[in-house]
Amino acid sequence: MEKQPSPRDPSATFDPKGAAQFLLSGGHPGWLGLSYRGHGEDWTELTLPWREDLVGDDVRRVIASGPIFSMLDMGGGMAIWTREKRFVAVATLDMRVDYQRPAGERADVIGRCECFRTTRSAAFVRGIAHDGDPDDPVATMAAVYMTIGNSGAGGSKNG
Amino acid sequence: MAEQARPDLLSNYARSLGIEVAEFEDGMPVFWVSGIDAIEGRPGHFHGGATSGLMETAGYAALRVALSEAGEEAQLKPINITVQFLAAAKKAPLFAKARITKLGRRSANVTVEAWQDQRDRPRASAVMNVMIQRAVPEGA
Repeated sequence: MEKQPSPRDPSATFDPKGAAQFLLSGGHPGWLGLSYRGHGEDWTELTLPWREDLVGDDVRRVIASGPIFSMLDMGGGMAIWTREKRFVAVATLDMRVDYQRPAGERADVIGRCECFRTTRSAAFVRGIAHDGDPDDPVATMAAVYMTIGNSGAGGSKNG
Repeated sequence: MAEQARPDLLSNYARSLGIEVAEFEDGMPVFWVSGIDAIEGRPGHFHGGATSGLMETAGYAALRVALSEAGEEAQLKPINITVQFLAAAKKAPLFAKARITKLGRRSANVTVEAWQDQRDRPRASAVMNVMIQRAVPEGA
């Protein structure tokens, strides 16, 4: 049986659905219970399931802003690798989240992130979080990620 | 732990992630979380989301302390947060403390820094805008 390729192997084609099993199973993403929901050419969608111990409000049973930030940060990284079709070591440089409204009580939150531009050293991502209707977002995000080391992004667009 | 955390300084989420009050410094709480698996992103490092969760917790807590000292009751709601990730945070204790830049009638602006072994070399900083909904006096 062939060895399962690591999702962090830069020479392998990045498959968000397959990689999610590894990237989301442990550590902070695993603790949050993040799961893969879908992807396209340059975007990924993750789900953050509602859980009592992720509540941030003492009045309403609503997921805190922190886990939503985490999901969008994670989804942003995965959107970069999806667009690049390979794993590139990146670190979030700057990320902004605007919280438009609280999520619904006991609602799962979905995060959709799109990497709309990569250069040799940076990747630009925008995203939304919603609880069912993408046209009525819970939050919007904008972030810049930097590539680490010399495994630059932006090299795979024209083959 | 010497300091007793005020119960309303930690949300379910913060408690669950293992965030605790380390101490009070000039009347403001310093929070910390140790290098547990629940905070890990890239192997051996903090996930940016965990770092920002710690900083958000410190930001809200600073406002709760200030409002409580002023004898005011209010609900806090997030408007936004902008985080600068300045250096990778290792899987080791991470601290955060907030400074209130502006405490207005309807909103507040808070700056937060997170650090590890060297306080003058922060791992991340954040600016938060928070909506303040004060309890409306009877008949108003």
